[in-house]
Amino acid sequence: MKKIIELRNISKEFEDEKVLDSINLEIYDKQFVTLLGPSGCGKTTTLRIVGGFETPDEGEILFEGQSINHLPAHKRHINTVFQKYALFPHLNVFENVAFSLRVQKIPNQEVVKRVKEMLELVALKGFERKNVTKLSGGQQQRVAIARALISHPRVLLLDEPLGALDLKLRKDMQNELKKIQKQTGITFIYVTHDQEEALSMSDVVVVMAEGKIQQIGSPTDIYNEPENAFVADFIGESNIVDGVMNEDYKVTFSGHTFQCVDKGFEPNEAVDVVVRPEDVDVVSVAEGMLQGTVTSVTFKGVHYEIIVDIGGFKWMIQSTDFVDVGANIGIYIEPDAIHIMKKSEFSGQYGDYSTFSDEIEELGNSETVGD
Amino acid sequence: MKVLSRIYTALIFIILYIPILVLMLFSFNSTANTGDMTGLSLYWYRELFSSPDTFNALKNTLVLAVSASVISTVIGTAAAVGLCKFRKNFWRNSVLSVTNIPMMNPDIVTGISMMLLFVFLGNAFGSDEKLSFFTLLIAHVTFCLPYVILSVRPKILSMPRALPEAAQDLGCTPLQSFFKVELPQILPGVISGFILAFTLSLDDFVISYFTTGNDFQTLPLLIYSMTKKEVKPDIYALSTLMIVAVTVLLILSNLSSKEKNAERRLTL
Amino acid sequence: MEKSGKNLGRLTAAPHVVWAVLFILAPLLFVLYYTFTDAYGVFTWENIFALKEHANTFLLSVSLSVIATFICFLIGYPLAYIIAGYKEKSQKIMITLLMLPMWTNLLIRTYSMMAIMDDGGFLNSILGALNLGKVHLIGTKGAVIFGMVYDFLPYMVLPIYTIISKLDENLLEAARDLGCNTVQVLWKVVLPLSSSGIVSGITMVFVPSISTFYISQKLGGGTFELIGDTIERQFQNVSTYNVGAAISLVMMILVLVSLAIMNRFADEEEAG
Repeated sequence: MKKIIELRNISKEFEDEKVLDSINLEIYDKQFVTLLGPSGCGKTTTLRIVGGFETPDEGEILFEGQSINHLPAHKRHINTVFQKYALFPHLNVFENVAFSLRVQKIPNQEVVKRVKEMLELVALKGFERKNVTKLSGGQQQRVAIARALISHPRVLLLDEPLGALDLKLRKDMQNELKKIQKQTGITFIYVTHDQEEALSMSDVVVVMAEGKIQQIGSPTDIYNEPENAFVADFIGESNIVDGVMNEDYKVTFSGHTFQCVDKGFEPNEAVDVVVRPEDVDVVSVAEGMLQGTVTSVTFKGVHYEIIVDIGGFKWMIQSTDFVDVGANIGIYIEPDAIHIMKKSEFSGQYGDYSTFSDEIEELGNSETVGD
Repeated sequence: MKVLSRIYTALIFIILYIPILVLMLFSFNSTANTGDMTGLSLYWYRELFSSPDTFNALKNTLVLAVSASVISTVIGTAAAVGLCKFRKNFWRNSVLSVTNIPMMNPDIVTGISMMLLFVFLGNAFGSDEKLSFFTLLIAHVTFCLPYVILSVRPKILSMPRALPEAAQDLGCTPLQSFFKVELPQILPGVISGFILAFTLSLDDFVISYFTTGNDFQTLPLLIYSMTKKEVKPDIYALSTLMIVAVTVLLILSNLSSKEKNAERRLTL
Repeated sequence: MEKSGKNLGRLTAAPHVVWAVLFILAPLLFVLYYTFTDAYGVFTWENIFALKEHANTFLLSVSLSVIATFICFLIGYPLAYIIAGYKEKSQKIMITLLMLPMWTNLLIRTYSMMAIMDDGGFLNSILGALNLGKVHLIGTKGAVIFGMVYDFLPYMVLPIYTIISKLDENLLEAARDLGCNTVQVLWKVVLPLSSSGIVSGITMVFVPSISTFYISQKLGGGTFELIGDTIERQFQNVSTYNVGAAISLVMMILVLVSLAIMNRFADEEEAG
């Protein structure tokens, strides 16, 4: 695979606040790469640096091995789908899509042909003369994509493009974007704060926090082998507890020693232990490796979400079996459900469900705009 | 209550319009009498049009208003665009505060301050004609600038930053992006700024009075010099014509904005 | 390239900045310069001392324009409130009717009033025809105040109307819901919320009133002088430019200080 974009030690400050701290990233041709992280993590800034809307304070950005630090946006073979589409309100659908061809002074005949192809690709045939401000969010989204793709860019940047759409439409557009990417073979760099979106669409996920890249990997790697407590917590639900790696394949946490599949740590090294809620089995107290008291049970449709107090630490368990609040239960964890991580700056910040509530989760997710 | 408020409103409008209507009426008087209507005639209009001063002043007023509004619209729009890119609020606010001085200051002070500048410079360079069309033009551009910036700036501020970025992303140079994308977005503000500047320049008397040269007379200055002499209905005739012109302009601009509104409603 | 592009963007403001320094700031410095020099350019306090002679004129100007501004407010506020209550279409027509005199030259408007109030004018010929005798109006302070009110009333109504017409209907309904009657709604909700409109209305009437020289010349009939007339007279003759500059300086300070006070008042009102 060919390397198309490379960021080397990119740093950026805004008003004395470090937004990007020495970012290194390689992006390969025809990949669907997602920059994932909470607002303020630097993902949008990274995208804007690639697009040419910001210049890094330090570091180099390469396009096919050539530095493009000083190349202005209009000379880069990189186009952008903006967060709120940024369609030109004074132009109709046709002229919006045709915009870059008009700038290049391409003959009208060819413009008509290519716009037609493009509108077919995004399923907007027949919308040519429509006013862009009259379109629905989903349709505006399609126009923005068509407009960015028509000049055959090598790379397409998408900045939370589905953020303004409702859930149902978002799912449809996810599939469609993936399809378009396959069809056109253009490298997509996609920015989102929605982990589900990232996991379902990407070839490569880049998890960012606090201006740094936390982990780069395939969606399954990121989910199954999170590198630190932040990644484990941000991607899906996780119980993250302090543990000690006694020896290879043996870890102690919550006062019990478990078999696990990890190795290569120092003897008795302090570690973070991740257990996904769906990997915890509810059993009787006698059979349990750990015992605790149920503090809350929420029906979630497919399963119950059970919060269990085990020695003062609140675990989240997803189970199809119902238990009563206040009941004492035991839990059982398979060795391959236990994932061991090195201690990091994020240790102890995440993975305890004692202050957990759905409402806080929602608030966290709605903080989408502009990071 | 409703009836009372209607009477109140009607009364004020009547008082507001009586003097103007009386003046229009007496412009058709057959004699020089300004108290009694002695008969209808177009005598004073004929008198007015036979005077070369009138046409000269009309021409001067239009030349001045067009040049002042064009210059102030260009400089003011460029300034409004540039000001948004200032990184330090302090400098932006300082420039805006200075810009607004002619808007807040009494016209007489603005006029005098500029006259003092021109007179001083004229003395320094030993020029005989210290005040001329050009000093008048400078003065008019100066008091029009804040109004242009005032009408353009909000349009720039409300334009999403992503629009010019999108244009450049799609291959426009910054200059192309301004003309292809930004200007169409802020055009309503630019046009209303231009119209405002044009009418203000057309209407100005006080500042012109202090900054014009002897050989350059505008309509308001002509009216002033006419009212200094004996009262004759020829001023009434001139005023009537100006009021009619302003009314027509106002109705036209209202109609065009109505069309625009209708269009806007369609696009929503 | 990117950086220089941004700098270029800022440079578009440069012509205006240069213009503002040359033709807004520099002229004001010249007012200062002329205030503190004599006809030969030598530093002097003379012009400041000479202001004493004009103290009464200042006082008269301030009082006449304050009265005119107050009358404009008393008449204009209810009018703005009433207009804002009409249907949108009627509102538009009324506002256009209100603006038409505004776009008519001040000289013409003042002159038309003079045509009415003159001793041999329209009003007196009607009174004469009805055998009611004559009234002498031109030359009285009342006529000047009336002229200011007549000329500047629309400047009071428009900003207040703009604010009132944008008031959230829900607020008024909430006030009514909480037990306010019509007068209380006006006093406790509409008036405080329209304070910024009132302030700009007041300044838009007060500033031209205090600085006028045409209204007093025509309607005052030359029987007394306002400060604007005094300034104008000083600039008829080169030898009195310096005194004229001093008076202008005082007027400017007076106006800018009162503007600052009014704006402070409006900010506080809005914040509280």
